Amino acid sequence: MTFARNLLVIIGTTAGLTVAHANAADITGAGATFPYPLYAKWAEQYKGKTGNGLNYQSIGSGGGIKQIQAKTVDFGASDKPLTAEELNKGGLTQFPTVMGGVVPVINVEGVKAGALKLTPTLLADIFLGKIKKWNDPALAKANPGVKLPDQAITVVHRADGSGTTWIFTNYLSKVSGDWKSKVGNEASVQWPTGVGGKGNEGVAQYVQRIKGGIGYVEYAYAKQNKMAHTQLQNKAGSFVNPDDASFKAAAASADWAATPGFAVVLTDQDGKDSWPITGATFILMHKKQDKPAQATESLKFFDWAYKEGDKVALDMDYVPMPANVKDTIRASWKQITDSANSPVWK
Amino acid sequence: MTSQEQRLKAQKIQDQIFRGSTRFFAFLVLVLLLGIIGSLIWGAMPALKAFGFGFLFSGDWNPVTEQFGGLNSITGTLLSSFIALLIGVPVSFGIAIFLTELSPVWLRRPLGMAIELLAGVPSIIYGMWGLFIFAPWFADNIQPKLTSWTEGIPLLGSLFQGPPMGIGMFSAGLILSIMVIPFIASVMRDVFEVVPPMLKESAYGLGCTTWEVVWNVVLPYTKNGVIGGVMLGLGRALGETMAVTFVIGNAQRSIESLFDPATSIAATLANEFTEATGELHTGALIELGLLLFVITFIVLSLSKLLLLRLQRNEGANA
Repeated sequence: MTFARNLLVIIGTTAGLTVAHANAADITGAGATFPYPLYAKWAEQYKGKTGNGLNYQSIGSGGGIKQIQAKTVDFGASDKPLTAEELNKGGLTQFPTVMGGVVPVINVEGVKAGALKLTPTLLADIFLGKIKKWNDPALAKANPGVKLPDQAITVVHRADGSGTTWIFTNYLSKVSGDWKSKVGNEASVQWPTGVGGKGNEGVAQYVQRIKGGIGYVEYAYAKQNKMAHTQLQNKAGSFVNPDDASFKAAAASADWAATPGFAVVLTDQDGKDSWPITGATFILMHKKQDKPAQATESLKFFDWAYKEGDKVALDMDYVPMPANVKDTIRASWKQITDSANSPVWK
Repeated sequence: MTSQEQRLKAQKIQDQIFRGSTRFFAFLVLVLLLGIIGSLIWGAMPALKAFGFGFLFSGDWNPVTEQFGGLNSITGTLLSSFIALLIGVPVSFGIAIFLTELSPVWLRRPLGMAIELLAGVPSIIYGMWGLFIFAPWFADNIQPKLTSWTEGIPLLGSLFQGPPMGIGMFSAGLILSIMVIPFIASVMRDVFEVVPPMLKESAYGLGCTTWEVVWNVVLPYTKNGVIGGVMLGLGRALGETMAVTFVIGNAQRSIESLFDPATSIAATLANEFTEATGELHTGALIELGLLLFVITFIVLSLSKLLLLRLQRNEGANA
């Protein structure tokens, strides 16, 4: 019985991974969970306008990469950009759809949202387990005027592998040599300290429950759950609050066109208003299409989303891509061809 | 051929088809089992090759450097199940005794139904209840008390240390015990009910107390069933996934206190399977699945052995 249960987990996951093709006009995609609410909303509106549906399965970025490689879906979705090398190996092309921010959230009595200021070193040392108490002298020094209690810090991290973790650990690896050598940058890592919550909602729940807790969630979760976020010091040295403007500022200084596969990682960007833990979410498609008609339909959907979807994205606390980047992305679609090498997108 | 012979022949064929199909179904189970073992071993191959036996004794679980060891998950699974049984078995025993020996007759049916209903609650419900309602309450009301009561007592004190979070090994064991109680209790009740009334009444007639009847008559008569029920509960506890994932804390570290966050095999699988991209990571997860399979197999074999032993002793005494 135990085994049956255990097996169900595996079968369940694999069944989730093997996404069947719906009817011809419907496009299928699978992958990242972070943009799922937005893709679902877009799909609903798109279906209302054109009658064409999108079947998107939010099975996680890792699953999305596996599925597009196995060609079971028309597009894969990942929060972690593949490198140019990985893209070439798989014959894939990649483009970003929207951006978002990852935000440290805390539960410290008497400390309001945005009141606590963290430098990159402080954040890394807390998650490394070096700073164990909220009234640590280093924290107190960066926060004159904030009354910090004599309370143990409990780190809350994601238990499941996640694009959010990838972005967060990417940032910590950039700003802390210690983090880079001891922990590193992956979708799931060996955490030196703390408890693991499942999903953004799990982390949010744990932080709200545990007194003295600190975690990291997608901005939308922090906002919707009215959690106390912290300020972070960015590369330019100024302390910033997370919001649409500071995410946009982080994206502004990025050189999208010059980066192969748009694989820009938006963490620790220049600019005095930039939120340092920003990231984009990506779509993966095969360059050589076995089903050119499906590819065209997929691109039509994203073209529509770039044109009409910005308002929905902003309402749901995602940050749309800048207009000039959208044009560059559309130009990059020329690489996607049918078997006769003619582009599927005109 | 007479019509009777024809009928006989038809019946014979019918019988053969029936026999053949039942055999086919029975063997299908075997084929499935072997297929599953085969595919698990196949899937775990990269990890088996890379880590060998070291996988069992290493607590490393680092997807970045691709160093994997199952020790923390294995101890988590065993320890949480052990806590579940430690709490669950005595409680189930009490429930079953009350239902069969002490409860007024009109109360038996509703109580029995309630227990069976509890057994039917999906595990995700227990998980959500555990995370949203039980854990906060436990952290505020029970954990600090347990910590202060046991402080200073050698061994016991160190088991109940740490910040009160409501999430961790102990909570997982507690939730699991609530989940296994209906299973164990309903099996115990069923087997206690089949004890011949004559045996019990004779014992009562000799002046035995209820406890003496239960301990000396009911339990020896039903021990096979009781052990079976406990094993059923253990089976559920070992493989339980969602409820444990919600409350165990999901930390790949060795624990010092029962209040520390930990992980179990099933929880690790549920958490990491979707995002495991590397061959080694996936392999290590499948190897964990294989290990859970092996653990279950060992537990089942041990319980069978135990039963055999008990039966042999019975013969010796007679």
